[in-house]
Amino acid sequence: MATLEIKDLHAEVDTEEEGSKEILTGVNLTVRSGEIHAFMGPNGSGKSTLAYAVAGHPKYRVTSGSVLLDGEEVLEMSVDERARAGLFLAMQYPVEVPGVSMSNFLRSAATATRGEAPQVRHWVKEVKQAMSDLEIDESFSERSVNEGFSGGEKKRHEILQLDLLKPKFAILDETDSGLDVDALRVVSDGINRYTESGDKGVLLITHYTRILKHIKPDYVHVFVKGQVAESGGPELADELEESGYVRFTGKKEAAAQS
Amino acid sequence: MTESTLETSGRNGLDESGAQNSAVPPRSSRGHRFTSYDVRAFEVPGGREEDWRFTPMKRLRGLHDGSASATGSLEVEVTGDSAAKVETVDRSDERLGTAGAPADRIAAQAWSSFTEATVVTIPKDTQAAEPVTVTVHGPGQDRTAYGHLQVRAEPLSEAVVVLDYRGSGIIGDNVEMIAEDSARLSVITIHDFADDATQVSSEHVHLGKDAVFRHFAVSLGGDLVRVNTKVTFGDRGGDADLLGVYFADSGQHLEHRLLMDHAQPNCRSNVTYKGALQGDSARSVWIGDVLIQARAEGTETFELNRNLVLTEGARADSVPNLEIETGEIAGAGHASAIGRFDDEQLFYLQARGIPYDQARRLVVRGFFGEILQKITVDEVRERLEAAIDKELAAAGE
Ligand SMILES: Nc1ncnc2c1ncn2[C@@H]1O[C@H](COP(=O)(O)OP(=O)(O)OP(=O)(O)O)[C@@H](O)[C@H]1O
Ligand SMILES: [Mg+2]
Repeated sequence: MATLEIKDLHAEVDTEEEGSKEILTGVNLTVRSGEIHAFMGPNGSGKSTLAYAVAGHPKYRVTSGSVLLDGEEVLEMSVDERARAGLFLAMQYPVEVPGVSMSNFLRSAATATRGEAPQVRHWVKEVKQAMSDLEIDESFSERSVNEGFSGGEKKRHEILQLDLLKPKFAILDETDSGLDVDALRVVSDGINRYTESGDKGVLLITHYTRILKHIKPDYVHVFVKGQVAESGGPELADELEESGYVRFTGKKEAAAQS
Repeated sequence: MTESTLETSGRNGLDESGAQNSAVPPRSSRGHRFTSYDVRAFEVPGGREEDWRFTPMKRLRGLHDGSASATGSLEVEVTGDSAAKVETVDRSDERLGTAGAPADRIAAQAWSSFTEATVVTIPKDTQAAEPVTVTVHGPGQDRTAYGHLQVRAEPLSEAVVVLDYRGSGIIGDNVEMIAEDSARLSVITIHDFADDATQVSSEHVHLGKDAVFRHFAVSLGGDLVRVNTKVTFGDRGGDADLLGVYFADSGQHLEHRLLMDHAQPNCRSNVTYKGALQGDSARSVWIGDVLIQARAEGTETFELNRNLVLTEGARADSVPNLEIETGEIAGAGHASAIGRFDDEQLFYLQARGIPYDQARRLVVRGFFGEILQKITVDEVRERLEAAIDKELAAAGE
């Protein structure tokens, strides 16, 4: 049983026009293993910023608050230490790394997070299975990480990494956006396979409610202006689908269903 | 602050797509160069001249002004495939100088100053199965030596030649690489000197009809290394690929100047150089000139230079330049870029648990990978990979 606790987290980013700008204005959130939290909010509310701040992206400066993983301060760890401690971020825009093959990358990541190099024979099988589950063609193994991948292919590969690395906690940043109906099903199945064991915690950031038809959240949070504005059960997602964020923002913006 | 600079001239600037069938009259030609075997025909450069403005003249140790007289000699060893004929000849040998004449004062100085030359010949219609390795040892610390080497692949022959520069000293030399009609010649040049070394090398490449030339230039060691590479085509169908990698550390100056002189129709040239820089005052210069002369119809050419600035305080200059004097070309283009080490890539790898040092190594290896992959001599490729890893480890960041 593991716990990820985010307490009164404030973070800022350096912008070219306005200097440093506070984006997270006091985030409180606790995710326990076995729980799926849907995290919804309008564009620009700071969802990705929260994800990056927890993962340790150098662009985002945490000014106060804390992030505890089983009581250990995550903010004091380097980016790779956080990942080895069991945190995973599926990025909204996965990064291309030219010249580094997907297979080399996956193996390096598995070696790092597991603490030892996986046995070659098992590993090859494991990767093959995971790729075929996500309907990823084998030829991707020899391609450079994310280079020239379509938006949907990148998202599938994020979930491929999730399935292989099996972190304690996963923050999935709009993994559903840019996917067609079939891809959404394939990717959702991948996420459900990951949580199957019942000991994983997920923070599912999304702008749309359609992925919640495939992945049933235990909790739903509405995120506005860098804070959790309201938390509830799955019924909150239904309300968002009906009436959008207007109750929270005062502006008309639908939680598009597409 | 990272003082990386990027300059472009010629019609495409940063455009990677390449120009199609377009002729632009050059403002002032960099392609048509004065050449002479006589050192006195060149003025002593002061450092402001176009050809010298990036070079720290003091660190040339007198190679450019006649003050560096020969106080030592180069030791040249040739090993490898026995099909290659190796000769040591004196200045009077008529084959010398046929690939091209010196285009700057140091090349002319080297031409006037060498006493014996090494000629490696791959005889007609012979395929050398094994690489031929020419190891050139510098004259030793603070000694000056001038050298001359010619590699000649006779018609229909095929060979891979590794030119491996090592050691210390001050070196000025000319290297002729000749691929005669339908020959296939690959030359891998490795400048891996000790920290004190200064080398100014002029490479004269000449291709016969339907000749295929492959060049890998690798610059790692030395205080100052400046390499001029000029490719000329003697007839139609010549095909030249020039790939380069360099890694400049603290205090190093690595300069590569290339000129693809297309004076014949239906020839092809492709230049791809990639460099990484790290440490205080690490410096690299890349000048890529392409001249497509009026009669060189059907020319196809592309040149690319990319630089990865790994730390603050390093500086890369990159100047691609394309002069086109005919409208009937198959394609021409160039691209050049200087990038900071990519924090996003590093973050992505680290976010998957990969430790910083390893992530950095993966990114830099990936950057050079495209070129290193094409080195077919395994020992050389592995040596370079190891050298790059070592450079990265040395940064200790
Ligand atoms: N690197 C940055 N430079 C400047 N502003 C930034 C930067 N990163 C984020 N911001 C700003 O911070 C705010 C929150 O951005 P963030 O990407 O976290 O929002 P989001 O909720 O993920 O939005 P979306 O639904 O569009 O993905 C926005 O106003 C954004 O413009
Ligand atoms: Mg976002």
